[in-house]
Amino acid sequence: MRVACMDLLCAARRSIARVEPSAGQGPEKEHAVSLELDVNGQRVAVDVDPTTPLLWVLREALHLTGTKYGCGAAQCGACTVHLDGQAVRSCVYPVAAAAGKRVTTIEGLASDAKNPLVEAWIEVDVPQCGYCQSGQIMSASVLLAETSKPTDAQIDACMGGNVCRCATYVRIRQAIHRAAELGARREVR
Amino acid sequence: MSATRLQRRDFLRVSLAAGGGLLIGFRSPASAASSTPAALRPDVFAPNAWVRISTAGAVTVMINKAEMGQGVSTALAMVLAEELDADWKTVGFEFAPAAPEYGDPVYHLQMVGGSTSVKHMYEPLRAAGAMARALLVKAAAAQWGVGEGECSTENGAVVHAASERRANYGDLASAAAQLEAPADVKLKDPAKFKRIGVSTRRLDTPDKSRGVAKFAIDIELPGMLTALVAHPPTFGGRAKSISDAAALAVPGVVKVVDVGSGVAVIAKNFWAAKRGREALKIEWDLGANAALSSERLRAEYRQLSRTPGLVARLDGDGEEALSAGARVLEADFELPYLAHAPMEPLACVVDLRADSMDIWAGSQFQTVDQGAAAAVAGLAPERVRLHTTFLGGGFGRRANPVADYIVEGVQIARHAGAPVKLIWTRDDDMRGGYYRPMWHSRIRGALDSKGELVAWAHTIVGQSFIAGTAFEPFIIKDGIDGTSVEGAVDLPYAIPNVQVELHTTKVGVPTLWWRSVGHSHTAFVVEHFFDELARAAKQDPYEHRRRLLAAHPRQLAVLERAASAAGWGQPLPEGRARGIALHASFSSIVAQVVEASLEGGEVRVHRVVCAVDCGRIVNPDTVVAQLEGAVGFGITSALYSEISLRDGRVEQSNFHDYKMLRMHQMPKVEVHLIASDQPPTGIGEPGVPPVAPALCNALLALTGKPIHRLPIRVEDLGTKGA
Repeated sequence: MRVACMDLLCAARRSIARVEPSAGQGPEKEHAVSLELDVNGQRVAVDVDPTTPLLWVLREALHLTGTKYGCGAAQCGACTVHLDGQAVRSCVYPVAAAAGKRVTTIEGLASDAKNPLVEAWIEVDVPQCGYCQSGQIMSASVLLAETSKPTDAQIDACMGGNVCRCATYVRIRQAIHRAAELGARREVR
Repeated sequence: MSATRLQRRDFLRVSLAAGGGLLIGFRSPASAASSTPAALRPDVFAPNAWVRISTAGAVTVMINKAEMGQGVSTALAMVLAEELDADWKTVGFEFAPAAPEYGDPVYHLQMVGGSTSVKHMYEPLRAAGAMARALLVKAAAAQWGVGEGECSTENGAVVHAASERRANYGDLASAAAQLEAPADVKLKDPAKFKRIGVSTRRLDTPDKSRGVAKFAIDIELPGMLTALVAHPPTFGGRAKSISDAAALAVPGVVKVVDVGSGVAVIAKNFWAAKRGREALKIEWDLGANAALSSERLRAEYRQLSRTPGLVARLDGDGEEALSAGARVLEADFELPYLAHAPMEPLACVVDLRADSMDIWAGSQFQTVDQGAAAAVAGLAPERVRLHTTFLGGGFGRRANPVADYIVEGVQIARHAGAPVKLIWTRDDDMRGGYYRPMWHSRIRGALDSKGELVAWAHTIVGQSFIAGTAFEPFIIKDGIDGTSVEGAVDLPYAIPNVQVELHTTKVGVPTLWWRSVGHSHTAFVVEHFFDELARAAKQDPYEHRRRLLAAHPRQLAVLERAASAAGWGQPLPEGRARGIALHASFSSIVAQVVEASLEGGEVRVHRVVCAVDCGRIVNPDTVVAQLEGAVGFGITSALYSEISLRDGRVEQSNFHDYKMLRMHQMPKVEVHLIASDQPPTGIGEPGVPPVAPALCNALLALTGKPIHRLPIRVEDLGTKGA
């Protein structure tokens, strides 16, 4: 997997050096295609097996490890990212299908230091082990974009695809309500 | 600081207890495995292995325990910061390297288990903080030419009130670093605590809410390869022949190698490794366990439970007392193998070089993992630097006496020729063994003519995961594995005749401790059967417990708090019922009242009220969070969890057939903390055991039908309410 960076600030630039040592380990057998992606507002090009799930391109080629592998089968939601503002399970989403779409990961969402969800998550002290929380926040973010003040039933309906083995659900719910408040306050400002 | 004076010999006792005399020298030993270079820098005050204070005033507490969500990195930092009188805003933490000075003071291993982190580290970390504080005071007093006794500390500074002078710890760090350690230190009067006992936001939450906390699976090294392993379909199987041409033809696959535990595919990235693994053709020698079947084991265990086992407890008469009862109830309880299923599947990164090795792992068992890795690589343990990352869940799975996935990672690294990341897929994790054992309990209880509970006989059948490990001499006494019978032998109720027997089976399924260990099965059996007996005696289950707990005031107080907070005895909406359960584990006591109903053929849990006595509480909000999480964890296993075997193969593979509780099924949870000045005890596990029995007791009250097999099968409860 080779990566070329099209943006000066792109974290992927560092990866060129990182990937190089493995290039010397035998004849180059990759039949990769070149894809251009829009990730967190930055355009990046990757040479990659087009069937690779988006998750692994984000994590390995672009070093955006905030998006997690949990099941590889769209069962747990740990890998949730946004494609054009919609939540998708990146562990089963072929990278080729993401070309031409805006990809947002937890790193992109949290780059806004005042993101109401991140603030609420910290205020309520939601995480335990923390592994699923990127996916939880990405799912909740879609909910809040569509429903500024969700009810418990709307939270149930939207968050059902995200598993938390530590069962922090009580606080996830609380933090979504809190983020809705913070978000409303922010709009007023 | 009204002081409990700690004499030098007492301090040394604490120091020695802290694992290998780490505080005695009052300097971090510069062992090869130590990754605390800051400790050797002149601008950092590092009075002992546990704390560093930079000249900029940053306080770093070294955490020797794994952070797997239980909040230990914050709680341990709070304990040290309390005695240091640190400004909490300046306090951070760092995970300690695997090294002898960071061993657990009781277990003499660096590990997390048995809900003991705060319990075991409380005194040593208080002493470490107090010692650092004493040196800072000494440095300030010398600078000012005043007596140490005239100085006090507050919020990260030494204060001389008489002259209105004040010096921040950072400004004193260099001077303090030059001083001899004190002969003794004073610990605070707990009445003066400012941090311990105050709900404090977790230090790891911001990183975990922004996607930047690093788990083992997130570690990247230059030139790193990724490996997946094709494991045999049966436990103990081996590859007989491997056809790897198709796998090697997958672009990105670098190597295929038999590493004993399976066939590793080493590739440039995950997807190549996965496609390569799918392309492997392996003929397996299925080994001795190819015929294993859960159904057959159930029948064998049931039969064994009818024969005399080793006696783990005997009060009064056993069998004879039962036959003297006016009425005897009897039940067989069956509990399945359970997978830990942490959200982060097992993973580690190994960088093996000729004379040393670095490993990154979410290890609950640093000393064991380090030693096992060293043995495989042919290195001395001190040549292995084990870096503990955050754990994407542990629940016991990442503390394996045989260090399975670490050994596998090192075996692969021997062939990889580059740093390598081993990833277990979810399927690997689900089918990879090391489960909570399958258990059978045969239990009988006798009531006399007045309905009093006069005899109790409990026979337990299941595997020991301690037998054959280095822990055997400490945990297995007279053939009885304490972890098999815990929660059953310590039955607190006043019953004149109590007998507990154990049959330890040998089955080729690898088993391991699973959050709350033996209590995860005994609490269900004991507390649910208790309600069956109470019903038979026409007693209220809460009142019946109260009467039989007169000799246990702490248990009684917890039970009463939960019942009163839950409104025990007050009316509920139609179709709902309450169940109560009480269980002591890991030196803590938890009672829960569950409100449940049956709706549309499904069990609905509406509300769970918890009361807990875990001694002195360091971070109350963490205790609340652990109880909330334990409720969800306990409901998951009661409603869904079962690992079953057919033809030696595990039938489940992912979250579609090993289901997890989800948002809409999570009940409201209320937690009531009992104030205590007793030493702190466990909180990571004790919330789990009462959940299943309290829930099943609610369903028993609702349907009149007891539940003798987990997970709950709604069809066994009949149609009422469905």
